[in-house]
Amino acid sequence: MKYLEEFRDPHLAQKLLSGIATVTTKPWVIMEVCGGQTHAIIRNGIDQLLPRQIELVHGPGCPVCVTPLEMIDRALAIASREEVIFTSFGDMLRVPGSEKDLFMVKSEGGDVRMVYSPLDAVKLARENPNRQVVFFAVGFETTAPLTAMAVWQAKQQGLDNFTMLVAHVLVPPAMTALLSSSENRVQAFLAAGHVCTVMGWEEYLPISERYRVPIIVTGFEPVDILEGIFMAVQQLEQGRAEVENQYRRVVKREGNRPAQELIRRVFQVGSRKWRGIGEFPQSGLSLRPEFEEYDAEKRFDTESINVEEPPECISGLILQGLKKPHECDQFGKRCTPQSPMGATMVSSEGACAAYYNYHRHQDDRVES
Amino acid sequence: MCLAIPGKVIEITEENGIQMGRIDYAGTVNTACLAYVPEVKIGQYVIVHAGFALSIVDEEEAKKTLELFGEIADQAARKGLDVFGMPLKPDDERGEKDQ
Ligand code: SF4
Repeated sequence: MKYLEEFRDPHLAQKLLSGIATVTTKPWVIMEVCGGQTHAIIRNGIDQLLPRQIELVHGPGCPVCVTPLEMIDRALAIASREEVIFTSFGDMLRVPGSEKDLFMVKSEGGDVRMVYSPLDAVKLARENPNRQVVFFAVGFETTAPLTAMAVWQAKQQGLDNFTMLVAHVLVPPAMTALLSSSENRVQAFLAAGHVCTVMGWEEYLPISERYRVPIIVTGFEPVDILEGIFMAVQQLEQGRAEVENQYRRVVKREGNRPAQELIRRVFQVGSRKWRGIGEFPQSGLSLRPEFEEYDAEKRFDTESINVEEPPECISGLILQGLKKPHECDQFGKRCTPQSPMGATMVSSEGACAAYYNYHRHQDDRVES
Repeated sequence: MCLAIPGKVIEITEENGIQMGRIDYAGTVNTACLAYVPEVKIGQYVIVHAGFALSIVDEEEAKKTLELFGEIADQAARKGLDVFGMPLKPDDERGEKDQ
């Protein structure tokens, strides 16, 4: 397929690897923020092909993984209601709440449906005026313009039976929180290309400057990721800390303005809890007061549901790059993709699932 | 979740007042919302995420990126480096190796 295959070319990848080896003289820790990149790195064995001095740590960029347990429980409570058609992206259906997941609610008779686009949920609301259609709006800045459009459309069409359970999170505040932690090990970031497709990359300039870290906006194909790493290592070796854009064919400096505009009209920025990590100020989106009637938490009064994470799961440390999945005692034992204990084992973009599926049970990199 | 793939716009339509389109992903055709790429033209490639086109692929930049890869590669080759001697394998050959 055009714009895919050429960015998966093994010969180019090989040559980029040689390039990285040429410029690397010291050990460096680089975090790829996005779960899609984590998946591509582990699947293609990129982490094992890099020079030993370069350590990739896997960041918090998997929305499925960082959606707090209580949000899942709220989704389950809403989805169990008789009048509700509960709609969601497929990858949220298997995320365990404190007792069950959305699939189980479905098998118990709940009307849970997977949709491809949030607009499909709006269409369902239009076609089922006697039912309450709820969409589970999770995701980063990449997904926010989609759900913003869904609410906008519902309002335009005068639908009063469409609401959203909103759990949107924002990437830059999470990066800032990681960097300001005393335990931080990350020296450079590969920023998530598709988040920047929407938001552009100007908001990373102050982060790069303040914490003296290179930030490379990076795509998702193996050669994109390798070039992102190459650019990061070059900056680190030369003592530079700048924002650079590897994914120029898709990401513009200013991002997608119409998308940002609709996000701003529909959502407001506020504090959000990240599963396993905690609450950060200004790190999420919720509906503006003008769109309150589309807020499922208000319509179904679920705000009292609050739960704690299982203490055995160390996914919080993994999402901060402080531990690797195979260092968790439960990994591959009590916790597998078939019976996940934490969200990082559920989504294929979660670090635990990627390690499990590609048999990464220890650091078995080839000596170089 | 944020996975988005490139596809070619083959038709532009309107639905409930918003610009929609049909996108061809190497043979598989699907509908996507084009409201966020209002300037898009038939024949251009867009990056689509969950039914929404979020960016028009810049053909010039794609070419430049690939050329740049070639340059980095040549530099490495001039230094006579071939560090690993093991190219990345395509997906279907992976998985067995690390067991
Ligand atoms: S292996 Fe399972 S229990 Fe351990 S951190 Fe990962 S998700 Fe949590």
